[in-house]
Amino acid sequence: MTTTPPKPVDGGDELFGRLPQTDQATQDRLHARLAAAAQQAGILDVAYRTLDTPVGPLLLAATEHGLVRVAYASEDHDKVLDRLAETVSSRLLRAPARLDAAARQLEEYFTGRRSLFDLPLDLRLARGFRREVLSHLRDITYGTTASYAAVATAAGSPRAVRAVGTACATNPLPVIVPCHRVIRSDGAIGHYVGGAEAKKTLLTLEATP
Amino acid sequence: MLRVCRAVLGPTAAAEDAWSETFLSAMQAYPALRADSNVEAWLVTIAHRKALDQLRAEARRAIPTDNLPEQPTTDGLPGDGQSQLWNALHALPVKQRQTIAYHYLAGLPYTEVAQVLGGSPQAARRAAADGIATLRKTYLKGEDR
Repeated sequence: MTTTPPKPVDGGDELFGRLPQTDQATQDRLHARLAAAAQQAGILDVAYRTLDTPVGPLLLAATEHGLVRVAYASEDHDKVLDRLAETVSSRLLRAPARLDAAARQLEEYFTGRRSLFDLPLDLRLARGFRREVLSHLRDITYGTTASYAAVATAAGSPRAVRAVGTACATNPLPVIVPCHRVIRSDGAIGHYVGGAEAKKTLLTLEATP
Repeated sequence: MLRVCRAVLGPTAAAEDAWSETFLSAMQAYPALRADSNVEAWLVTIAHRKALDQLRAEARRAIPTDNLPEQPTTDGLPGDGQSQLWNALHALPVKQRQTIAYHYLAGLPYTEVAQVLGGSPQAARRAAADGIATLRKTYLKGEDR
């Protein structure tokens, strides 16, 4: 629901070119009012906000059912929002209120005060085996790790090690669904959707008593 | 779209209400919108109706008086030209404000402006031209050009 600024039309510039775009404070105020009204009317399908964390700004998005997406800056937040508009709903607005609990719990997690997330999750962006893998990832407890092979076995397909890797790489809810706790059998840290550095940061945080 | 509402209603709370209601309605109706729709024209059509609602409400509230109250402004500093432009726009007949808003600010061609307003594209073009001519006289008057 965004509109591009209109292109100048035959000579109106002389008069209207000097009208600046609406000031930021007014835009923010009107946007917040619209988001609240849309939420009230039950037509805000996806609410989102960003949160600054030690692993960079995270995009958080939630449907009426729960947290649907967490994205690293490296995934390009604008692209992620475009994809959400296509796959979930275009009725998508920056509306922090719905993400208060998620933001608070993530802040607690990043300051070492929380080891388990207690949030409603909307797993609609993961299907089939990938979704199966995500449910098993949630069994890997804070401060521990598991190998891709072990997760494959837990998911009932011991040979699907590569598919587990794909499920982790496409995890729509990184950090919350702890794909960062899955490492290679030889102990190497392996790939991560937020980059190896972010994975190291999370594992170090969780290893700190 | 806020500038469009402001051009029709002035930089007022009514314009902000029209803007909010436009996007709420748009969000409500969006799932039924056809994929090949002209979203820009569709939004202007909704904004047009919401602005008309506000104009009607204003007319109901209005009490005849010899002295027109000054238009409240919510943006711009006094004397920077913005508020004067909004006020000069607001002094135009409604039809002229609408055609200017939908053509010059929303960027719709006159054929689409005519569909929003009813009437012919020629009439829309004429109303906009008359309005622009008045604005040049009232607003640009006295400026070095």
